[in-house]
Amino acid sequence: MPSRTGSHSPAGTGKSLPERGLLLLMVLVLLEGSVLPLGAASSPDISHQKNVDNHKVEHEKNYTKKAFPVLDLDYHHIQTPFEISLWVLLASVMKLGFHMIPRLPGIVPESCLLITVGLLVGGLIKLAGEKVPPVLDSQLFFLCLLPPIILDAGYFLPIRPFMENLGTILMFAVVGTLWNAFFIGGLLYAVCQIQPANPSELHQLEILPCLLFGSIISAVDPVAVLAVFEEIHINELLHILVFGESLLNDAVTVVLYHLFEEYSAAGTVTVLDGFLGIISFLVVSLGGILVGAIYGILTAFTSRFTSHTRVIEPLFVFVYSYMAYLSAEMFHLSGIMALIACGAVMRPYVEANISHKSHTTIKYFLKMWSSVSETLIFIFLGVATVDGPHHWNWTFVTVTVILCLVSRVIGVVGLTCVINKFRIVKLTTKDQFIVAYGGMRGAIAFSLGFLLKKEQFPMREMFLTAIITVIFFTVFVQGMTIKPLVELLAVKKKQEAKRSINEEIHTQFLDHLLTGIEDICGHYGHHHWKDKLNRFNKKYVKKCLIAGERSKEPQLIAFYHKMEMKQAIDLVESGGGVNLPSAVPSTVSMQNIQPKKPPPAKPVEKALPKMTKGREEEIRQILRSNLQKTRQRLRSYNRHTLVADPYEDGFSELLIKKQKMIELEKKIQHMNNYLTVPAAPPDSPTMCRARLASDPQAYSSKPAADRVPTIQVDLASPQSPDSVNLMDEFRRADQQEEDQGLMMKPPSGQSGPNRPREEDRGREQQKMTRCLSDPGPSADEEEEDEPFLP
Amino acid sequence: YDTFMTVSCHSYVDTSISLEQIENLHKRFQRLSDNEETISRKHLDSIPSLDNNPIKKQIIEAFFDKRNQHQDEVGSCEEIGFEQFLMVMSHFRPPSLKTTEEEKEAMRKEKLRFLFNMHDTGNDGTITLVEYRKVVEELLSKSGDIGQEAAKAIADAAMLEVASTNVPHMDPDDFYEGITFEHFEQILKGLEMETRMYIRFLDVETPTLRCGKSTS
Repeated sequence: MPSRTGSHSPAGTGKSLPERGLLLLMVLVLLEGSVLPLGAASSPDISHQKNVDNHKVEHEKNYTKKAFPVLDLDYHHIQTPFEISLWVLLASVMKLGFHMIPRLPGIVPESCLLITVGLLVGGLIKLAGEKVPPVLDSQLFFLCLLPPIILDAGYFLPIRPFMENLGTILMFAVVGTLWNAFFIGGLLYAVCQIQPANPSELHQLEILPCLLFGSIISAVDPVAVLAVFEEIHINELLHILVFGESLLNDAVTVVLYHLFEEYSAAGTVTVLDGFLGIISFLVVSLGGILVGAIYGILTAFTSRFTSHTRVIEPLFVFVYSYMAYLSAEMFHLSGIMALIACGAVMRPYVEANISHKSHTTIKYFLKMWSSVSETLIFIFLGVATVDGPHHWNWTFVTVTVILCLVSRVIGVVGLTCVINKFRIVKLTTKDQFIVAYGGMRGAIAFSLGFLLKKEQFPMREMFLTAIITVIFFTVFVQGMTIKPLVELLAVKKKQEAKRSINEEIHTQFLDHLLTGIEDICGHYGHHHWKDKLNRFNKKYVKKCLIAGERSKEPQLIAFYHKMEMKQAIDLVESGGGVNLPSAVPSTVSMQNIQPKKPPPAKPVEKALPKMTKGREEEIRQILRSNLQKTRQRLRSYNRHTLVADPYEDGFSELLIKKQKMIELEKKIQHMNNYLTVPAAPPDSPTMCRARLASDPQAYSSKPAADRVPTIQVDLASPQSPDSVNLMDEFRRADQQEEDQGLMMKPPSGQSGPNRPREEDRGREQQKMTRCLSDPGPSADEEEEDEPFLP
Repeated sequence: YDTFMTVSCHSYVDTSISLEQIENLHKRFQRLSDNEETISRKHLDSIPSLDNNPIKKQIIEAFFDKRNQHQDEVGSCEEIGFEQFLMVMSHFRPPSLKTTEEEKEAMRKEKLRFLFNMHDTGNDGTITLVEYRKVVEELLSKSGDIGQEAAKAIADAAMLEVASTNVPHMDPDDFYEGITFEHFEQILKGLEMETRMYIRFLDVETPTLRCGKSTS
């Protein structure tokens, strides 16, 4: 019997032995497919060989010939991945669907709708008589669904506001959660013990399970908070307070949960246990942060060497972060804090090392995964509600809900009184209300409840029902009403202002100023320490973790490049369809006037100031590198050629050429309208990176002339191949062609040699070419090293 | 000494710096000036931790700038006494829960004015391109060998931004002289200066480790 692989080779209908063998083989494959799980099919030859031998014995006994199955259904073969994909698809299609319904997204937050969908799906499955799959399996939740959301949050955590409010956040996270847990647990136990006349099942509830329940239900859930808060756009401070609290309370929850779970069997908790619990808390939180930081540094270090294999850069970020989470979970440390620490630590260094495309990839993959995860979590919550064994107890559930609300309000108000003594920007009553109201519970509470063992906790089902009720209450009631309440109370919303370079300059200036004043006063305040940390970072850490020259780049310059890059890309994206005005105002030398046209998004009309004669020279020096200057250079280029060959034969060609030049100028001007940031001088090493085609590795070298197509100024032949190419590019970009009169006036005197100008122009042209065309991945290896988008 | 303190307390700093903090500052002043009545630039220059600061010169200059004394004088002094020192320090007090909106607005203006004076070294009421460029250069001065070009480019870009946000429609023949105080305010209004530009221990209501109990 020739051994074959599992592929279905078409068999004939011959009756000879080899063909029968083949038929048999195929039947075996089908049989196997329905019996063995997916994984075992990976070694088909061996198993087939073995089974062939086995079945050959039975073959003579009970083989009945069936018609050859041309088309067959083998569901079990692909069951697991199919179901997973189906769920993910369902989640994504739901998400799409909501935004198509006209007014619904405004009223009802997405999370509510998703839970409803989950309820429907669960109901459908139950109606169909099937067993509802235990989808919100704790293993699945904690290992697969939660990490992407947390990583997304941690990687994009706004560090500055987080650090500024760290004290407040920690107070809410640690003290607030402890207060909630004990208050709820304690009062629940008290309530359960009343009514001595009718001993109900509640009397069986001991104090420790109550406290355990309290600790499960008290933690604010990051998933729910994110889902609701991202739709209401409140100001940054409140957002970071509630969100930061939801992230950092994980350590408290972990410790309390394990503590009470361990000891509820024993029935008592001694003082020693309490003390150990405190130590455990410190270990869990600091340990988690340490693990995360180590992995973050590892990632940063690895990313230093990825300049030759750009495609796998995002993989490092994801895998190292996931390993940080798993390592922390392995030691029962706080996985969430590890993930946050990892993302926050690695980000500045990784972003300095990776290419622009990798950065985009990371950003979009994280957003995609976290979005899908969140959707799935809410749907599964709905399904699990339909499925889960419920035990409804009016007293318990209502008391729980009420206590949750009450304890949250008391906790927030009480803590704010204390915190406001230490804060400069005090929290007003409105802020307190939003913080209290935004304390939502979510799937983490449910999963933790699900993890409880039935043997240890006979009231497990009651707990689950209560948890689900609280989750539903917070997500539905609080989630839906928070938006109108925010409007009603006129809470400050998020400012959409763009970060301007002036603000950046002054933020840095302020930092240094305040550090200096603190030094003069001899007061070692937090500016002093922050400055010390920055200097340490710059001196030692950046050198290790950032590749090449970028380790020395000051923050201001990095910011400036980011802005330039962003604006160039904005220009490319919008520049294709915008019409240019029909009249270019003639004239004036240095003037960078933008023609008066309807400003696209911002009134960027004025480029640079016009000088009096005296300053013109100086400004000319300044503007040597700017794009605006290109126009002037072109003019002078034309003027030279005109002057040089006024009577040559190719004069008409010259006119056409001039026309093209005018168009070029207009395009460049148009670009100026978007680029408020003039390009930097070509000669500085930093500007290598401003050019889209630069390679940060090689940035220490002077801008090599061979990189740039230099335009040979041959006065006899004005036709330059490069500029023609550029023209074609522009035409391809579908610009309107304007018919211009020759309205140029030669500038009054031009300083500077021709050479650098042409090089600049060439560079600008190259820059613009790169702007407008989109080289494919293989087209341009150098481009992989561009700086990233913010 | 006590009357001196009272005078300082009432006339210059509108009771938002407590007596205790004034005392602490006075002690510091004495230490800086080697127990003399006035300090000069060289006293401030000799503070070792200031050496790492890229804008050290501007900060020191700000203490000796007469415009920061709120007395409508211009120019700079050679030496300052404790009152002037305190006056400069009062620019860094934070708002408290009790400050009203108008007071906050006034505070913001005052702080922005201080920053403006630091940039406007020419004393002419506007920050010209040259002056702004100097600011950026100084900011980048401790960051290694960046070169003048980068600083120029950034300053030009910033100037361009100020001009375009404040005076969007300029004729070809117009000249943007420089950033006036109003434009400066406009461009930085997103930063909320009154809550950012403060030194913690000057806050009356905030207990700090050094100043102990606060008095109001």
